[in-house]
Amino acid sequence: MLAEVPISWFLTLSAILFALGVAGFLFRRSIITVFMSIELMLNAVNLSFVTFSYHHGGATHQGIEGHLFAFFVMVVAAAEAAVGLAIILTIFKNRQTLNIDDIESMKN
Amino acid sequence: MALWLIPILPFAGFVINGLFGRRFSKAVVNIVAIGSVVLAFAWVLKTLLGLGSLETAATEHYFTWIQSGNLNIGCDFAVDRLTAIMLLIVTGIGSLIHIYAMGYMAHEGGYYRFFAYMNLFMFFMLVLVLAANYLLLFVGWEGVGLCSYLLIGFYFDKQFATNAGNKAFIVNRIGDFGFSLAMFLIFVNFGSLDFGKVFHQAPAADTGLLTTIGFLLLVGACGKSAQLPLYVWLPDAMAGPTPVSALIHAATMVTAGVYMTARSWPIYIHAPTAMEAIAIMGVVTAFFSASIGLVQNDIKKVFAYSTVSQLGYMFLGVGCGAFSAGIWHVMTHAFFKALLFLGSGSVIHALSGEQDLRNMGGLRTKIPITFWTMMCASVAIAGVPPFSGFFSKDAILLAAYNHAPWMYWLGVLTAGMTAFYVFRAIFLAFFGEYRGHAHPHESPPVMWIPLAILGALSLGGGFINIPKFLEGFFQGVPEVPENSSLMFVSIAAGLIGISIAAWFYLLKPAMADSLASSLKLIYTTLYNKYFVDEIYDATVVKPIVGGSRWVLWKGADAGLIDGSVNGLGAASQGAGGILRKLQSGNIRSYATWVLLGSVLAIVVLFIASTNYWGGLQ
Amino acid sequence: MDVILFFVFAIIAVVCAINVVVQTHPISSAISLVGVMGSLAVLYLLLGAEFLAAAQVIVYAGAVMVLFVFVIMLLNAGTEKKEGKSFAVQLLGVPLLVALLGIVAFFVQRLFPTTTVHFGGFTGGGVHEIGMALFGPYLLPFEVTSILILIAIVGAVVLARKEMD
Repeated sequence: MLAEVPISWFLTLSAILFALGVAGFLFRRSIITVFMSIELMLNAVNLSFVTFSYHHGGATHQGIEGHLFAFFVMVVAAAEAAVGLAIILTIFKNRQTLNIDDIESMKN
Repeated sequence: MALWLIPILPFAGFVINGLFGRRFSKAVVNIVAIGSVVLAFAWVLKTLLGLGSLETAATEHYFTWIQSGNLNIGCDFAVDRLTAIMLLIVTGIGSLIHIYAMGYMAHEGGYYRFFAYMNLFMFFMLVLVLAANYLLLFVGWEGVGLCSYLLIGFYFDKQFATNAGNKAFIVNRIGDFGFSLAMFLIFVNFGSLDFGKVFHQAPAADTGLLTTIGFLLLVGACGKSAQLPLYVWLPDAMAGPTPVSALIHAATMVTAGVYMTARSWPIYIHAPTAMEAIAIMGVVTAFFSASIGLVQNDIKKVFAYSTVSQLGYMFLGVGCGAFSAGIWHVMTHAFFKALLFLGSGSVIHALSGEQDLRNMGGLRTKIPITFWTMMCASVAIAGVPPFSGFFSKDAILLAAYNHAPWMYWLGVLTAGMTAFYVFRAIFLAFFGEYRGHAHPHESPPVMWIPLAILGALSLGGGFINIPKFLEGFFQGVPEVPENSSLMFVSIAAGLIGISIAAWFYLLKPAMADSLASSLKLIYTTLYNKYFVDEIYDATVVKPIVGGSRWVLWKGADAGLIDGSVNGLGAASQGAGGILRKLQSGNIRSYATWVLLGSVLAIVVLFIASTNYWGGLQ
Repeated sequence: MDVILFFVFAIIAVVCAINVVVQTHPISSAISLVGVMGSLAVLYLLLGAEFLAAAQVIVYAGAVMVLFVFVIMLLNAGTEKKEGKSFAVQLLGVPLLVALLGIVAFFVQRLFPTTTVHFGGFTGGGVHEIGMALFGPYLLPFEVTSILILIAIVGAVVLARKEMD
């Protein structure tokens, strides 16, 4: 067995989680589930950032940028979750449906 | 000298009448229009008297019109003896006709417009005559064509009048094309369009070149002066008012071709083939149109074909080298043909619009002044001595005999036919019983005074010895020996023609009709003008119109150009319609497109980050 | 030891992620997502990102997911109904996913072939270092995010309030 984990495995894991998030976004019909898939994608990306930050390494600021980026992603994700869920509430109030395919008033 | 005043006076009349004539009273329009022409005539007299013997040309240069590379065209007027004759004819006969028109057009609508156009015509004709280079002459040439179109189509609400105007202009254009080509050749080879410079270099130039230029100038003259094969517009031009027919299509515009040919004599003297062509065209046209005029029933059409025939005589004279005889005939023809047209206008006016000879008759007692003046013109045109037509026609026929005897005999035959058809018209109109239904009344003095003046000129004009006046002007022309027996032959031909006309129409009126029915084929051909108009229509007009309509319009313009432009629009609409389907409103499909784009972007980025396909850093 | 930790929590993360996508009831998906976040926090610890691991658990799993659960409760969302279809998704969805995963995984394998991760290999991820960076060179983005959060609060309040009648 290996003593240490090659860094590419982390990146591959991140890719798999991201692909699963995209799959959820494409194939699920409930709005809430779609939103959760988006959160899954954001988490996958965070993992990727932290991994790269490890690679650049060191106590210098160069290494920490990945962490900071992930931090900001988290902040934005939180804000986005709040507003997005408020929008979902409004949609439910107006159309009484949580099916994403029913919301097509932007049709050509 | 102020030569520029001569054309500018009528032009001023055109501008004033054209812009303000609608608001003027008839009297003011008359004063402006007729006054300008009479003043121009007076100025011509003053200028000519002041210039003396005019051995050499007197020129005036006003401004440089075109200066471009080698091309230098100035606005130059020149007066020499030839110009002097033409100026007197144009302004003198022009004034008489303008005075006559005062009375003739008194009850017509568009009075001020008529006189405005007439003045514009005088302006262009005078520019044509005074020009000292080919391009300025061409300006006048085109301008008189334009005024001819405007005046023929004066009654613009009548379809046949507008058609006739179009025909005149278009057929003229064909001639102008030849004229333009001649000008291009002259400029390319002689470096200038100035008469002086061109004629100075002409003797040294290549004969083939001069012949080509001569032929092309002939094409132009053919169109303007209504010779074979471009004469078809002149009979139709009788749709215009009679003063127009008299001024433009008898006395002045149609003689522009003869004037231009005579002016270009240094070119023609050295191009014998071209001169031969002129002579042949002239004599054949003379015979051809005289034959048509034998059987026409409209009084103006008879004289129209007579004009074409007499113009043929003038070209015959020019072609045989007798330039001064041709110009002499221009002058005498102006006298008696203008008189014939004005007289027939007087007859038409008297009969309130009737133009058919078969509905006239016995008018000699009812409108005597018109009758006697028209008799003066008729004996002049028939070549009866000692009246004007005899002298000029005899000079031409003498030159023709000297050049080629067959032309002389054809000319004599045509002279006989001329006498016949003119007197046929006179006898049918003025003798016998009145066959119509109107109330003939004599014309007012404003109309018969010009008739009387022209009558006197027709009788006595032959004594104005033009060849003596122009002696030494045309150099290098062959000497024509006197031959009095030829003179007697031509006099005899004229008298025979008059007698046959008298026999047919005075003594035995029914003979004409019986002869016509027995020689039915010949009569029908002549009456229908040899079907020339129909032939032209079928061979030239219809193919061009058809080609334009089907090939150029429907095929190229609507099909190709519109099709490609509209097709572009339709194609983008189609593409847009397809692309529109992307906007389905379905969020999941939008996400799919985003994913597609991002996958492509990732692929491109990864490929770009490698140094070669398949390898990575 | 690190390898075992990695594998265990990676597999937990993947299984929970698959569960998020596959489950029909939203609440099940939410719980699974919490599981994903938890395992990711452990992985962050492995990578030396102590502050981020804590933040992940506190903010993401503790606040955002709670918000999700509250909304699911509010909307009384039931199991998903299988209505509606999209042509593009059916045609292109799976191929594109496979392409995405395949390409990224393939190229990622070639990157950094020698670097390995072990616990304690990164020491700069503590609170002190993050704090120094946030209030130092990255002060402006930090303050801007505070405005962002304010906007989000106001927006959420405006959007979700009841109509005045």
